[in-house]
Amino acid sequence: MGSTVTVKGLCVSAGTATIVDRLSFTIRPGEVLALIGESGSGKTTTALALMGHARRGCRIAEGVIRIGDVDVRKLAPAQLRSLRGRTVSYIAQSAAASFNPSRTILDQVVEPALLHGTLPRAQAELKAIALFRELALPDPETIGQRYPHQVSGGQLQRLMAAMALITDPELVILDEPTTALDVTTQIEVLRAFRRVVRERQVTAVYVSHDLAVVAQMADHILVLRDGRMQELNGTDHILAQPAHEYTKSLLAAARPVTRVAARAGGDDSLLLEVSGLSAGYGPRDAQGRPQTLILEDIDLQLRRGQAIGVIGESGSGKTTLARAIAGLLAPSHGSVRFGGQALGHTLEQRSKEQLRRIQIVFQMADTALNPSHTIQDILARPLQFYKGLRGAPLQARIDELLDLVKLPRTVAGRLPGGLSGGQKQRVNLARALAAEPELILCDEVTSALDTVVGAAVLDLIAELRRELGLSILFISHDLHTVRAVCDEIVVMQHGKKLAQVARADYDRRPQHPYYELLARSVPELRRGWLDELDAARPAIARVA
Amino acid sequence: MSTLPIPLSPPGPLTVLRERLAAFGPSGLIGLAVVLFWVLAALVGPALLSRGGAEGGGDVFAPISAAHWLGTDYLGRDMLARVIEGARYTVGVAFIATLLACAAGVTLALLAAASNRWIDGALSRLLDTLTAIPSKMFALLMVAGFGSSIPMLIATAAVIYVPGSYRMARALAVNINAMDYVTVARTRGEGTWYVMRREILPNIAGPVLADMGLRFVYTVLLLASLSFLGLGVQPPDADWGSLVRENIGALAEGGASVIAPALAIASLTIAVNLVIDNLPGRAARERGAR
Repeated sequence: MGSTVTVKGLCVSAGTATIVDRLSFTIRPGEVLALIGESGSGKTTTALALMGHARRGCRIAEGVIRIGDVDVRKLAPAQLRSLRGRTVSYIAQSAAASFNPSRTILDQVVEPALLHGTLPRAQAELKAIALFRELALPDPETIGQRYPHQVSGGQLQRLMAAMALITDPELVILDEPTTALDVTTQIEVLRAFRRVVRERQVTAVYVSHDLAVVAQMADHILVLRDGRMQELNGTDHILAQPAHEYTKSLLAAARPVTRVAARAGGDDSLLLEVSGLSAGYGPRDAQGRPQTLILEDIDLQLRRGQAIGVIGESGSGKTTLARAIAGLLAPSHGSVRFGGQALGHTLEQRSKEQLRRIQIVFQMADTALNPSHTIQDILARPLQFYKGLRGAPLQARIDELLDLVKLPRTVAGRLPGGLSGGQKQRVNLARALAAEPELILCDEVTSALDTVVGAAVLDLIAELRRELGLSILFISHDLHTVRAVCDEIVVMQHGKKLAQVARADYDRRPQHPYYELLARSVPELRRGWLDELDAARPAIARVA
Repeated sequence: MSTLPIPLSPPGPLTVLRERLAAFGPSGLIGLAVVLFWVLAALVGPALLSRGGAEGGGDVFAPISAAHWLGTDYLGRDMLARVIEGARYTVGVAFIATLLACAAGVTLALLAAASNRWIDGALSRLLDTLTAIPSKMFALLMVAGFGSSIPMLIATAAVIYVPGSYRMARALAVNINAMDYVTVARTRGEGTWYVMRREILPNIAGPVLADMGLRFVYTVLLLASLSFLGLGVQPPDADWGSLVRENIGALAEGGASVIAPALAIASLTIAVNLVIDNLPGRAARERGAR
C-alpha cells in the first residue's frame, strides 16, 4: 500500500541554471502520476529528486519533498540510503544497462531486500518468484537462475520491476520503462506493470514522453516544459480538453497525421528493384549461404518519387536490408538494380556516381555526425567530394541546405555536440541531401527523438519529397510513423517479407495477421485502450 | 533568421596566441612554462653559462653556494652547467624518439583499423613480435651491434615504443571505426586515407596525446636507465640519467648533485603531462557536448 507523496516548490539547479522550477504536486496513495514532456524538460530530474538524489553537478535547491511522513530533504546521507530501494524504488529506462551482466538475475532481484534486511534470503527468493509470476514472466521458478543476457529486453524490464517491488516500496518511480522496447513487447510490459500497480495499490510516478502510453497507466498527468509545470490534471481531462497550448501541441504530435506527399505528374519509372535478396553474417557454406541468415529472399520495387516503409520488430532484418542496398553488406544471393543498372555487391564495386545516388541516414544522429567536425565541414564534404565545389559556391550551397532543413545559418560554425537531437537529425538529413541523391534510406530517423520533434522531422521529410521528388525507403518499428509518410508498407519478420500493404489498404481488413498485430499494438491516445485489448483477448490476458 | 557575424579583419597572430594560451588553464600554463624553460635551456643554455660542464678543479660534491648554484659533482665540475648541457640530450633525444614512435604507431594503427582484416592481422602480429622482445635487451643488442651514438639511441627508443603506441591507438581507432559517421563516409565512397585522417584521427587525438605524454616519460626513463648502465650518452657528455648515476655517491650525504638531475627529470615529465592533460581541444569538446 503506498503513501501520500507531497512536493512543494521543488527547485533543482545546476550551477546558475534552473532545471526544475517551483514544482508542486500531490499524489494520493495508490495513484499513478505521469510526468510528461520532451527531453530536457526536467522530468527525470524531478523523479530522481523524489529519492533525494540529484545528478552530478545538480543540486536540489529548494522545496519540500514528503513521502508519507518522511521529509526527504531533511534526511542524512545514511538515512537517504535506507530510503532508496526501500521506501522509494526506481525502474530505469534501459534495464539492459542497469543489470550487472556477471551475476544471475535472482541474485540481483533479491539484493534490495537483503541490503535493507526486510526479508531473509530464502523468503526473498520465494517473494521474487511470486513477483515473476505476477509480472507474467515465463518459467518464474527458474528464470532467476539465468544471466541478464539470456533473457529478452522486455523480460529484463519486468525483472527490474520485480527488483523494485521486492521491498514493498511506498513509491515506485518508472522512468520511461518501455521506450526502448518494440511495440509488441511494450504492450506486454505495460500490461504487466499496470496489473501490478493496480493489485498492489502502489503509488507510482511514471515518466514518459509518450502520451498514448501514459494514457493507459496514469490517473493524473503533469505536463512539464523547461522545468516548469504547464498543466496538471486528470488523464481524461487532459486528453479531452487540454488547457495549455503546449499540451495541445503534444496531443497534436501524438495523433497520427497523414502527410500526403505524392508529386503529381512526375516521372514514375522503376528506380530500385531488389530481387531474391539474401544476406547474412558469418562464414559461407558450399552453396554460398552465410552461417546466420538475416535476410531471406526479399523482393522489393520502388518507383521514382515513391516512399516505401519497411516495418518490423528489432531483429527482423530491416536495417540489414538497408545496409545491403547501400552496399555495406554483400548479399549472398539475389540482386539490386538501381535505375536500370545492376549495382555491385560491395562499396568497392560501385562507382562514385552510383554511391552518390543512394544516401543513407542513420537513426542515431549522435553517432552519425563526427563530433570533431563542425556542421560546416560535415555539409561541405559531400559537396567537395562529389561536385568539387569550393569557395563562394560551396558556401552558398551550404546555406541553401541549412535553409532547406530549416536550421539557422549560425549553426554552421558549431560542433554537433552543441546541437539538440532534432537539430542533429536535420543536419544528418542535410548531409544526405547535399549529394543530391535519388534515393534516401532512412533508418529509424525519428525513433530517438521526442514526439513533437519527431513529428517536425517527419513534416520536413514529407516536404522534401514534395519539393525535390525524392524517393525514400523508410525503415521503422513504429507503424504510426511509417503510415504517416509512406505510400506503401512492407512488413518484415525474421528476415522475410511477409506482406506489402498499399496506402489505400492501411485500414482495410483482413490483412496479414502479423500486420494486424502490429497495428493493434500501437497504443491509442485514449484511456481504456489496453483494457479493451485485454477484453478482446481474455485468454491471453489470463495466461499472462 | 540571424546572420553569421563576420569579423572585419582576421584576428592578429598575437590575439590568437593569447586566446590559445588562455585556453590552457592555470595548471596547463605552469606545465607549459616548465617545458619551455627546459627547451630553452637545451637550445641556448650552454651559451649563457660562465663556465662549461667539462671544467673541473673544484671541491668534490661541494654543497650549493654562490659560485656553484647546484653544487659540484664527483669530479668537482659545476652541476648547473652539467644539468643544462644534459638537457639537450634528454629533451632532444626523448622528444624526437617519442614523436617518431607515436607517429609510426598511430599511423599503423589507423591503417589497421580502417583497412581490411588481413592488413590488420599482419600488422598486429608483427608488432606483437616486437613487444615480445624485452626492451632493455633490445637496447643492449642495438648498442652492442651499432655502438652508442645519438641517432642510434633515438632509433632504438622509437622502435621500442612503437608497439605500445600502436596497441593503444588501434584499440581507440577500432571503436571509432564502428561509428555511423565512418560508415557514412564509406558509403560516400571515401578512401582509406581520408577515413583514417579526417574521420578517425580527430576523435582519438585526445587519448593519443595523453598516451604520448606517458610515452615521453617512459622514454626519458629508458634513456636514463640506459645511461645509468653506461650504454647511453657516453662521457664526458651526460644526460640527466647519467648524471644521477655518476653522482650516486652523493646520495648518502644528500648532496645536491644527485638530487638536481633527478628533480630535472621529475619536473620535465610532470610538466609534459600537465600540458597534455590541459590541451585546449579537450575542454572545448566538453563544452560543446553540453
